[in-house]
Amino acid sequence: MIIKQLSVFLENKSGRLTEVTETLASAQINISAFSIADTSDFGMLRMIVNKPEKAEQTLKAKGISVHITDVVGLIVPDEPGGLHRALEILSSEGISVEYMYAFSLKDRATVILRTDAVQHTVEILQNHKLGLLKTSDIYEV
Amino acid sequence: MIWNEYIECMDRERLAKLQSERLSAMVQRLYYNVPFYRQKFQNSGIEPGDIKSIDQLKQLPFTIKQDLRDNYPFGLFAVPASEIVRVHASSGTTGKPTVVGYTRRDIEIWSEVVARTLTSAGGGKNDVLHIAYGYGLFTGGLGIHYGAEKIGATVIPVSGGNTQRQLQLMQDLGSTILACTPSYALYLAEAMTEAGMSPDSFKLKAGVFGAEPWTEEMRREIEGKLKIKAIDIYGLSEVIGPGVAAECMCQNGLHIFEDHFIPEAVDPKTLEVLPYGQIGELVFTCVTKEALPLLRYRTRDLTVLNPETCECGRTIVRMKKCLGRSDDMLIIRGVNVFPSQIETVLLEMSETKPHYLLIVDRVNNLDVLEVWVEVDGQFFSDEIKKLEDLKRKIQHNIESTLGIGAMVKLVEPKTIERSEGKAKRVIDKRIIK
Repeated sequence: MIIKQLSVFLENKSGRLTEVTETLASAQINISAFSIADTSDFGMLRMIVNKPEKAEQTLKAKGISVHITDVVGLIVPDEPGGLHRALEILSSEGISVEYMYAFSLKDRATVILRTDAVQHTVEILQNHKLGLLKTSDIYEV
Repeated sequence: MIWNEYIECMDRERLAKLQSERLSAMVQRLYYNVPFYRQKFQNSGIEPGDIKSIDQLKQLPFTIKQDLRDNYPFGLFAVPASEIVRVHASSGTTGKPTVVGYTRRDIEIWSEVVARTLTSAGGGKNDVLHIAYGYGLFTGGLGIHYGAEKIGATVIPVSGGNTQRQLQLMQDLGSTILACTPSYALYLAEAMTEAGMSPDSFKLKAGVFGAEPWTEEMRREIEGKLKIKAIDIYGLSEVIGPGVAAECMCQNGLHIFEDHFIPEAVDPKTLEVLPYGQIGELVFTCVTKEALPLLRYRTRDLTVLNPETCECGRTIVRMKKCLGRSDDMLIIRGVNVFPSQIETVLLEMSETKPHYLLIVDRVNNLDVLEVWVEVDGQFFSDEIKKLEDLKRKIQHNIESTLGIGAMVKLVEPKTIERSEGKAKRVIDKRIIK
């Protein structure tokens, strides 16, 4: 249930992002979701891809600063308060969310969550019968 | 192991006698053969026979790098050109290069002191010495080379450059001792990891590193990555080249081969000789050299001298690892800043590689210091918060060490150019008058 996310440290320079996308494209890697967090001089690109290990190796070989981070993929019920309920559960269990971003996968609204206790998060959400993304939903076997 | 036990472990009183005899003879040679020094002696009323003891060294005039430039190229040589068998030169970043010369006997002395250096690092005739110091006008390559042959080691004279081939040769030829600059040693270690080579597939046991300042933390990193003992060696071409001083396996100060090069530590401002144990500018007098015997040459290196007998048994004086160099010294908003101080800050945090670049600029008549730091793969975080904390911590630690503020910029690994020779750590964009 733990999803492998690619995290890439990028300086704010033109062409850096293109270099990453070009590298992944030529390695036939599909990006399902991504987000960028930025500061005045650097940014953090986070991506969910179909072949995380291969993507990491390919980017590393290009001299790009990349690491794999464990995250949780939550399938949000498509109804008012769907996201709120999940977050409330985490909050009441004392779990803090470091960052999150949304994407849609096969018409389902999905949220990628990075918390301070990833394994624990998975267990709590499962106990509350919330739908989680399985690695098979994203990765190619 | 000790190459020349007779000298290196000599009773200090006897050593002083030897130094006095040699100094006295040197002053006479200078008086009669070098007009520059004769003039200086005459100006201070010194007759050639006046100097009989090293206690009188403090009465003698200093020599500075500018004197070598003013007398470029051969003006300070004390022998006729026919006696010179070798010339080396330092890179002239500020005008003309500094030219130094050697007689046949000088080359022998040089081989002797480098032989002592290598023996001190555990080297012997069974060793394979990989010399990645530059060969040519730079004294590093050829200097180590002759000493290595003297101890009977197998010499691999690779010189600088072509890192992949260096690694291949080291592995295939079973090199046991590596000689290069400390920054290049780190560069080799990184290249080794990148090429997927394990340090266990090498036979390296020690490295003799010098020609640029480096810190204890950098030593630990080199020792950990290459699985070797990293020995600090010291030398400068004006004095002879590598072989002026070297650490022993105790790694507790560098033994100065003071039967040839008499050290003093002086206050850089007043030029007063300081007692042992106090930090001062290192000054050398080359009492045995024939071609270029410099008198009280100011090195600009800051160190502390220690005359206590070392655990290894050597009685010759030890100098602390260089604590900074006044040439590298930057004056930023009136504060003296040594790049090595920033390196120490970064390494103490162990969250960053010792790869950094200082950029000094003047904005609206105010000096600004920017420090670029590469983010280490192992300590990478994908949380902006943590990266910003890291940045603030570096900024804070630099400020509390230097006493001036700095702008820290985190950059991607390999952004800062790696040099294969001396590391470029500073870009000063200020226009000075």
